[in-house]
Amino acid sequence: MGRHVIAIDVRAVRKLFKGAGQDDVAALDDVSVSIRENEFFTLLGPSGCGKTTLLRLIAGFEFPTDGQIMLYGEDIAMLPPYKRPVNTVFQNYALFPHMTVAENIGFGLEMLGQPKDQISQRVDEMLALVQMSDLKNRRTAQISGGQQQRVALARALAPKPKVLLLDEPLSALDYKLRKDMQIELKRLQSETGITFIFVTHDQEEALTMSDRIAVMSKGKILQVGSPRDIYERPAERFVANFIGETNMLKGSILARQGERVEVQLRNGPKVVASVPEDFSVAGEVTVVVRPEHARLVAKEQDAHFSGILKNSVFFGTDTHLHIKLPDRSTFIVRQQNSDNSELKLQKDDLVHIAIAANTPRVLRD
Amino acid sequence: MGQATHVAEMFRRRDIASRWYLSAPALVIIALAAVGPLFVMLMYSFMVKGPYGDVLYWQFSSQGWFDVFFERDIFDDTLSIADGHLIILWRSLKLAGLTTLATLILGFPTAYFISTRAPGSRDIWLFLVTIPFWTNILIRTFAIQETVRNGGVINSGLLYLGLIDQPIQILYTDVAILVGMVYVYLPLMVLPVYASLEKLDFRLVEAGYDLYASRTQVLRRIILPLTKPGLIAGSILVFIPSIGAYVTPRVLGGGKNLMLGNLIELQFGQGRNWPLGAALSITLMVIVTAALLVYVRNASKSGASHGH
Repeated sequence: MGRHVIAIDVRAVRKLFKGAGQDDVAALDDVSVSIRENEFFTLLGPSGCGKTTLLRLIAGFEFPTDGQIMLYGEDIAMLPPYKRPVNTVFQNYALFPHMTVAENIGFGLEMLGQPKDQISQRVDEMLALVQMSDLKNRRTAQISGGQQQRVALARALAPKPKVLLLDEPLSALDYKLRKDMQIELKRLQSETGITFIFVTHDQEEALTMSDRIAVMSKGKILQVGSPRDIYERPAERFVANFIGETNMLKGSILARQGERVEVQLRNGPKVVASVPEDFSVAGEVTVVVRPEHARLVAKEQDAHFSGILKNSVFFGTDTHLHIKLPDRSTFIVRQQNSDNSELKLQKDDLVHIAIAANTPRVLRD
Repeated sequence: MGQATHVAEMFRRRDIASRWYLSAPALVIIALAAVGPLFVMLMYSFMVKGPYGDVLYWQFSSQGWFDVFFERDIFDDTLSIADGHLIILWRSLKLAGLTTLATLILGFPTAYFISTRAPGSRDIWLFLVTIPFWTNILIRTFAIQETVRNGGVINSGLLYLGLIDQPIQILYTDVAILVGMVYVYLPLMVLPVYASLEKLDFRLVEAGYDLYASRTQVLRRIILPLTKPGLIAGSILVFIPSIGAYVTPRVLGGGKNLMLGNLIELQFGQGRNWPLGAALSITLMVIVTAALLVYVRNASKSGASHGH
């Protein structure tokens, strides 16, 4: 991994909000994260986890109680928003209703005091970039939600910000349009080469679009990594649960060799699992197995466990099998559907499960 | 459109037309309370004035209207423009305009302040703004008189502090009139401006800051255009009553400078020239209506575009 230029460096930021009575509520609690130049960085978490607060701190709509926010080495934490070379795409777009599409896009440039001909040239460029040239002189109330989204993007990109902040920009769109805009956003990011910080609560959106993801919960960043890292090597129970479906198995560590441990699962077999960095727990642990990393096998001697099939759920491309293990917990196996894989199993059949080598993961807690 | 829908529409209209009497109560009230009095005024303005006030009924003359615009010299009977009336009209327009401007300047920040409070405390602030309405206008005006008169709170306070040696004459000046007018009409500005500020999406303000607009630019380019309907409504609500204002100029101005309202009152009182009073009233009404039409038309041109 080469040296990365850091665009935004959030250092030990805390943000307290006045709570009811005497207590202050910590929306962000000692958050540190480095966001690299030109990357598509996603803040992922459930509502109330602090992701939007962090974005608003970077935009300048709120100021941190403690800590620094460095933009290319300069602390911007206390600057007003109009002095930061950072622009925002708002959740509900916040387009100016009394201006046309072109006036909206040109607003930032106008406020920066650029000459008129330069503004109109840049506005045309941006309109072409988001494929909205023919709606240039429309009022924002006269265009559809997806078009408003494009205008909001063009407006925020027009002043060539160092960092673009996107606050759940796709949440108001319907499913099909959201899929299109995800691709569109990726295209815009690679074409403009601007660092994107994207806030979402949608794990699928985060996985498909991001270069790196920070998973947040209760005002803290739990894990930062590539989508694959986060999905395949979750460090915490919350991360494993929030992203994708998981099987959590109890066990105890028998032996450790570097990043690998041998775990005795409570349900019987031993498995080899990977552990998070700076992992120091011994004894009782939780092991995560993704449903697609397990499969049904014919012979019991090839299997890690056996159980009773309780339910099968068809998802189009694959089928989820809910299997009851001897300790009464449920284990989910995901089987890919192919033309000859139609399930011949019945409810309450005995099935044997094998876990793919090197896929189990021990959680930090 | 098919024949069937056409027939249905025709019957629907006929049905509505046959039930006009359901709106009769409203029509009666409008006829008695609005159209009727105006008609009486119009008739009076065209009648001959009675020797001790009132009019001589059914004796028509255009003298009342003639007097609005022209005056005859008492010595040589030459005709000239009634510049006294024009001066009074101009004075009234100026006062109404200044009052509107001053209430805008004071009322907008007040309304902005209230609209940015927590939802619970907004009601308290609004309540405080409306409290003066509970007191009679005459009493409120005399309260102002008490405050600004030579021996009043302001002057005795300044004297006590040694900032002045003798009282400043505030009462019976134009300043006193303006202060009184602003005090009386300020709530009429604050309430509609607050209503439109409350509807303002503050994310638009954030978007403005985000796009490098300073505070004044955000105010001028985003907040003011979007709250224009409220500013216009407030201006109309203040301008109309202030152009015909009567009590405040009388009490605080000492009746030195006649306003339109006082001039009209004079014709029905000591002047005993009811036709002239009626004609002046109608003139005032026409001016106000015309001004409003121009104002509202201009405003709606830019206002309609963002759906208000």
